[in-house]
Formats: sequence, C-alpha cells, structure tokens
Amino acid sequence: MHIPDGFLNLPTCLGSAAVSIVALKQAVSKVGQKLDRKQVPLMGVMSAFVFAAQMLNFPIIGGTSGHLIGAALLAVLLGPWTASLIMTSILLIQGLVFMDGGISALGANLLNMAVIAPWGGYAVYQFFLRIRSPRMVAAFVASWASVLFAAIACALELALSGLPFVVVLPAMVYWHLIIGIGEGVITTAVLMYVWNTREKWAEEIVKV
Amino acid sequence: MSTIGNRKIIGWLVLALILGILVSPWASSNPDGLERVAEDQAFIDRAENLFAGLIPDYLMPGIENEAVATALAGGIGVLITLGFTILIGNLVSRKTIG
Repeated sequence: MHIPDGFLNLPTCLGSAAVSIVALKQAVSKVGQKLDRKQVPLMGVMSAFVFAAQMLNFPIIGGTSGHLIGAALLAVLLGPWTASLIMTSILLIQGLVFMDGGISALGANLLNMAVIAPWGGYAVYQFFLRIRSPRMVAAFVASWASVLFAAIACALELALSGLPFVVVLPAMVYWHLIIGIGEGVITTAVLMYVWNTREKWAEEIVKV
Repeated sequence: MSTIGNRKIIGWLVLALILGILVSPWASSNPDGLERVAEDQAFIDRAENLFAGLIPDYLMPGIENEAVATALAGGIGVLITLGFTILIGNLVSRKTIG
C-alpha cells in the first residue's frame, strides 16, 4: 500500500505530513517517558522481522498480491506508540533505501501505516477484549481492520488528489478486505506463537 | 525485563534474516492492492521517482541473478532496519526503568 511519488498532489502530501509529524512527536514524547531502555533491542528485532515480512508478497485472487503491514502486530505486542515509531523507522528505510513509497508521499504513507494502522488496530483489539473475546479473535479482527483503515485513508488521500472517490474507495476496500485476511492470519499465527511459549516473555513487555 | 534474554532477541533476528534472505526471492511479484487499483483505474502511469534509492525495488544493483539480488537486498534491509530502529529507540528512550 506504499504510495509512490506522483499519485498525490502537493496539498495532500503536505497536509498528511503535517498530521503525521504531530502524531509522531507525541509518540516520541510518550515512548521517551515510559519505555524501558532494555526493551530497545526487542524493538529492533521486531522491526527487522516486520521489514522482512513486508517483503513477502503473497498472491491473492485475480493476479493481485498483498503483504503484511505489521502495525497491529506491533501495537498488540509492544503498544501503539512504540508501534508507531517502529513503523516510522521501517517506512523511512523503505522509502530512502528501497524506493518503496515515494519521498513526496512519505507523510501520507506514515499517516496510513505508522499512525492509522497501529492505532486503528489497537482500538479494535481493545474493543474486542472489552467485550470478552478471546485475544486470538481480537488480534485477528484488529489486524484485518488495520489494513482496511489504512486502505480507506489511502483512498481518501487519492480522492483529495483529484481521483474519483466513488471509484477509488470501493476498489481499495475490495482488495484490502481480502489482503487483510492474510494480515490477520500472519498476525494471529505470530501472536499465538508468542503467547504460547513457556517463558511467557511477552507478558514482561512494557507496552507504551 | 529479565526474561527477554539475548537468546530470544537473536532468535527473532535469525527469523527476520531467514525471511529476508531465503524466503523473499519467492515473494509474489503480482501488483499489490494499491498498484492493482491504479492499473484498473488507469492512473498507474502517474507514478514517478523523485529520488533514487540505493537499492531500488529490493534488487541489489549490479547483480544479474534476480533471486540473489533480492536475497542481498533483503539481508541488508533487515540489518539496516534493525540498526536504525535501535538508534531511534535509544535516542527516544532516555529513561531506564527497573
């Protein structure tokens, strides 16, 4: 879902960048206040894991592919502010080194995948826990929804840049409803593994 | 924090390297969701590159074998991401709790 250069107009690029900067400043502040420094290596390897997993496009129907975003996984495991920072790190590397996501669209890509996806996923996860869903179910729905939220945001940005909203929104939603199932399966599988190990190390994580 | 030991950390890193190096050459090259919409709605041609990345499209420049070029890009990407996130984490988390 990485938007390349050329898809968005200047006001949309600047507007989304402004929103992202405000959200990320808050993430820096929250993580700075609460995160245990000893947890930084864990952040590092989870970031590397999500980067690698994002490279693995899986084919879906109709000659299209999808890949993990990982924002909901990080939000559930490490907390939404930390997830926001890790996603920012990944998106910066992808944009600057691998030309995955345009430099001019970086603000929009950050907004979709480093702000909306982790927070949307986290909110859905918390909601499902509150209505007493098993955490596996909560994680599946949350990660599926996180992809959908990011896709809707992406469609809005394309529409603000002059593309027809009534066409782009349903098309983006259609494909990402399907891609989101892959996100849900991978996220749930990783979390099941993490939650079911004997060491219970995930319970020790300070979630920020 | 004591239970998140070095073995766990190294385990995740090894997994990331396996995915980035050994599995990435098998990734689907079909268009992703956004690219598919851009193709169907005929705005894919608007895509351009304002900036030349060092390793464009996850292919190590100068390597003819595509699987090897992808594996190298994946391995390098995993290590850069690891280093960059640890740098950010250290800059941001000034406080040590516990």
